[in-house]
Amino acid sequence: MEHGSFTDNSAATFSLTDEDHTIANTVRFTLNQDPRVTFCGYSIPHPSEARVNIRVQTTGDPAREVLKDACQNLMLMCRHVRCTFDKAVEDFKASNAVKAMKIDSQDSSGDDSEESE
Amino acid sequence: MGQLPPHLELQRSRVSCNKDAPIHTESIQYSGAYASMGIDNSSRLDRFSNNFRVEVVRLNEDDMEFDMIGIDAAIANSFRRILIAELPKMAIEKVLIANNTSIIQDEVLAHRLGLVPIQNDQPNEKNTIVFKLHVQCKRGSPRITVKSDALKWLPNGSELVKETRNATSDSSSKPETYTYFCCSQETIPEFVKNPIIPKYPDIIIAKLGPGQEIELEAYAVKGIRKTHAKWSPVATAWYRMLPEVVLLEDIEDDLAEELKSKCPVNLFDIEDLGKGRRATVARPRACTLCRECIRGDDWEKRVALHRVKDHFIFTIESTGALPPEVLFTEAVKILEDTNA
Repeated sequence: MEHGSFTDNSAATFSLTDEDHTIANTVRFTLNQDPRVTFCGYSIPHPSEARVNIRVQTTGDPAREVLKDACQNLMLMCRHVRCTFDKAVEDFKASNAVKAMKIDSQDSSGDDSEESE
Repeated sequence: MGQLPPHLELQRSRVSCNKDAPIHTESIQYSGAYASMGIDNSSRLDRFSNNFRVEVVRLNEDDMEFDMIGIDAAIANSFRRILIAELPKMAIEKVLIANNTSIIQDEVLAHRLGLVPIQNDQPNEKNTIVFKLHVQCKRGSPRITVKSDALKWLPNGSELVKETRNATSDSSSKPETYTYFCCSQETIPEFVKNPIIPKYPDIIIAKLGPGQEIELEAYAVKGIRKTHAKWSPVATAWYRMLPEVVLLEDIEDDLAEELKSKCPVNLFDIEDLGKGRRATVARPRACTLCRECIRGDDWEKRVALHRVKDHFIFTIESTGALPPEVLFTEAVKILEDTNA
């Protein structure tokens, strides 16, 4: 739901239902990073009601477009986070497996040398 | 693009933990914040992608600890909130009690069953998992303790028969039960590999005296923790920013010994130089920011405590349903989907 004026597209308040700080803070953060935005903020009118108001004011671009772009950016960021995380976990598991193998081979070579004596 | 002067760079990227309170805690997000100095603070996706790193420190079956470098507090907090509240998980929701002559009341028994963690992979929303519990303590035998390994999985669905109101129903027709499974759940390939059992077999559910019996069927459904805490897939998840300890001047000899003995987690080490001893910071990551090292006169001039604003140490402890790295990837997926 968007409350704005018909003449001025660059400033609007978006009211999202069933949302809370989880989404609102991240959207506000990505909006802030956008150089077209002069003001952005969010508020929760009442904590018992799951509704968030996000206010966006831009330097001329329609506020709806800027919000959509921010959400897109956030999505791409999340995707990147996920890829990096998966790769890091794989690397960790691989390096652990190598370490375990090294320890095993050290143990077995130690046993061999004892037996030969 | 130039660099900020060092004091502003400190303000932008570190939280200074002084004796009384931390300062510079907010993150400078506004894109035009440093416009007067000619610095562009807006973050573009490519810069984020280049700078962002993840390093895994510890990874067990049940918990993991990893570092996220280059991300902001808002996004890190969202991941934490989603990990705790919005990841779906299976837990027992409806309990049909056929017989309960134990001293544990029906509702208390049902509540306890709901909190038992169930180990399984990603289930379908349409699938309900049915468990059966039938324990009897015979007269003359000692008291028995009902543990969670007594919960048996019924892949064929419910076995309790529904009473039909229609008295003239055909006795040869198949008796109606409380669930309708078109095929046995055993045939689903993922369930063949890992049969569904409670994660820990030694959770005490009830205690029975001689002559008491419990017979019930429990249905587990998928839910999220926002509705009830039993659906939480993590025991807990938390993050902290990387602590940084900076020695503002050289600390030697007696002062070095004093500094080393002050710190409860042994951060500092004494380095033996030719002409004396000097204190160095050996393990900054272990710092709990107890501020012992800056207590007392003059210590604030010698030691500075900071926290790095974009380096987060995440710790996730899972209740066992899913391994922690899977939980994190699911959380990120959920944040992605809500934005689409």
